[in-house]
Amino acid sequence: MGKSAVAADKDATSGALAGEEARRRDIQNRWLLATPALVIILFAALGPLLIMLVYSFLQKGLYGGVIWNFSGQGWFDVFLSKDIFDDTISFADAHMLIFWRSIKLSLITTIATLLLGFPTAYFIATRSPKWRGVFLFLVTIPFWTNLLIRTFAIQEVIKNEGLLNIVLLKLGLISSPIQIMFTDTAILLGMAYVYLPLMVLPLYASMERLDFRLVEAGYDLYATRLQVLRRIIIPLVKPGIIAGSILVFVPSLGAYVTPRILGGGKKMMLGNLIELQFGQGRNWPLGAALSITLLVIVMVALLFYVRNASKSGVKSHG
Amino acid sequence: MRSVADAVAAVSAHQVTKVFGSGSDRVVALDDVSVDIRANEFFTLLGPSGCGKTTLLRLIAGFDHPTSGRIDLEGQDISYLPPYKRPVNTVFQSYALFPHMTVAENIGFGLKMLGKPQSEIDAEVSKMLKLVKMEAMRDRATSAISGGQQQRVALARALAPKPKVLLLDEPLSALDLKLRKEMQIELKRLQSETGITFIFVTHDQEEALTMSDRIAVMSAGKILQVGSPRQIYDHPSHRFVADFIGETNFLEAELTSVSKRVGKLKLGSGTTIDASLPGDGVAKGPVTAVVRPEHANLVKGKAAAASLTGKLGNIVYFGTDTHYHVALDDGGEFIVRMQNARDDAGRWSVGDAVGVSIDKDAVQVLRD
Repeated sequence: MGKSAVAADKDATSGALAGEEARRRDIQNRWLLATPALVIILFAALGPLLIMLVYSFLQKGLYGGVIWNFSGQGWFDVFLSKDIFDDTISFADAHMLIFWRSIKLSLITTIATLLLGFPTAYFIATRSPKWRGVFLFLVTIPFWTNLLIRTFAIQEVIKNEGLLNIVLLKLGLISSPIQIMFTDTAILLGMAYVYLPLMVLPLYASMERLDFRLVEAGYDLYATRLQVLRRIIIPLVKPGIIAGSILVFVPSLGAYVTPRILGGGKKMMLGNLIELQFGQGRNWPLGAALSITLLVIVMVALLFYVRNASKSGVKSHG
Repeated sequence: MRSVADAVAAVSAHQVTKVFGSGSDRVVALDDVSVDIRANEFFTLLGPSGCGKTTLLRLIAGFDHPTSGRIDLEGQDISYLPPYKRPVNTVFQSYALFPHMTVAENIGFGLKMLGKPQSEIDAEVSKMLKLVKMEAMRDRATSAISGGQQQRVALARALAPKPKVLLLDEPLSALDLKLRKEMQIELKRLQSETGITFIFVTHDQEEALTMSDRIAVMSAGKILQVGSPRQIYDHPSHRFVADFIGETNFLEAELTSVSKRVGKLKLGSGTTIDASLPGDGVAKGPVTAVVRPEHANLVKGKAAAASLTGKLGNIVYFGTDTHYHVALDDGGEFIVRMQNARDDAGRWSVGDAVGVSIDKDAVQVLRD
């Protein structure tokens, strides 16, 4: 018995070595498989990005487009504004306000979807395999409907003559309709609704892998529900929390449709500001510079997340 | 007279029933189970998978609650207390070490949750690491130590908060044979050193026999017999117990007289011998009795000492002893196990007419 166990062990070791080689070959092959996608990314993502970068340093054309002369005006306009009467330079307050609103609303959206998505994902992950499939399907259903239609649907609910206000009025809880449309709250509501599945899915993925015996072990060792949540569940599903936060925060920052419809153009976010420059504003260099700025904000946020992720990954691996 | 230690059991189950599911999925995992587990004893729940042993352990731990009945800890009803309010800790089958914590953090977790100051936790962790001989591994990640070491950490983690009862759910099943033997001795040592009541769940009868003070043999949600390893082995009360633990010969016979714990048994061969009875409540008539193979001897021909006679079939050599398969004259097979001596070779050969003499007090009548 002892001998055969040792032999089995040796087999396992040599098997592992062979497996290692095969895996290396596999990875090489996968790079080949990825080549078409890489080519598309190169031309369809990096190419336009380079064009944006170049445009941001050119002179704006009178009716849109660019004039091929170097100019810092685009970048100047992002952050500063010159008074048209006395030429004094000051911060571009309107832009700063929009930057701030974008970051603030994206952060709140991320936190709100995390607070809503965490118990949802936990609930799904603790169901039987059959029910998990059903609930996951329900979570993905909103993806099947066009974003515009979903956003208009929210508008129908929250507008002054909408469902929510009618019900509240009928119940006598309010005496006049609450103005939700065209406020930050409306944008927030829309974004949280739209991006919630993007939070639930990665959270679920990491909770599904969570060994619930660890949760039992926690209870067994005198941890209360809250302590088990804080010291065992959250640390172990951190990769899911980080992935979900990135998936919600990044598109929130560049959101266009939701603030356009629910914010009604009064409450602009970065996406709307950029669109404005390429459209009515006829200021392509400014639009390009704003786009690059948005990209930089996203990159900084990502770097912050990734650093956090690798820190927590050291211990939890294995 | 009951001794003081017996007076209040460490853990006792009173008519505990646990039902999972409903309708066609309804499973009765525990069926009216009552048992007293004494303080400071090494108590083993032994049975095949699905017999309810793990369910009973989980009820004591507090992960599940009984459908009916009561579980007491030192006389206090704990049936519906959550696990974190019970002075009971568990060593899980899979160890369930926290992968995001070091060895020391794992061991100190219980004490931390109990709100002990860090200095006390550190001191206790050091003590525990020493107890399980893992001092060098203090700051290792739990993924960076071997299975046997993880097992020790799991033990230390469960012992650190000084529970009144330690529950062990097949903790040795993932270890290889050599390590398992080592850990069996280690567990025994820890139990006597800490003086904590151990409730050990296993399906391995040998493990149960070597480690336990007392064993409860379980089958199909019921406890069939509780007793010392020797009682269980020598005087099994049910066919299942006799069959599950060790090898045994079953004899269909007739009980001709009953007096207290002994009776007269008339065997198929016509011989009458004394037999132990499983408590009271066994009536005269046809019964099944068991004899362990090592509690019988072969004798030449039709010797007077022979209770049974037959023809020698197979002879299976095991090194320290040999199994002789005897085809009985009245039908059936009887296995005799005898230790090998230096001059045994050639003494018995296949086809010999042999008698089987059964040791005194070696026949046990079963309840079923």
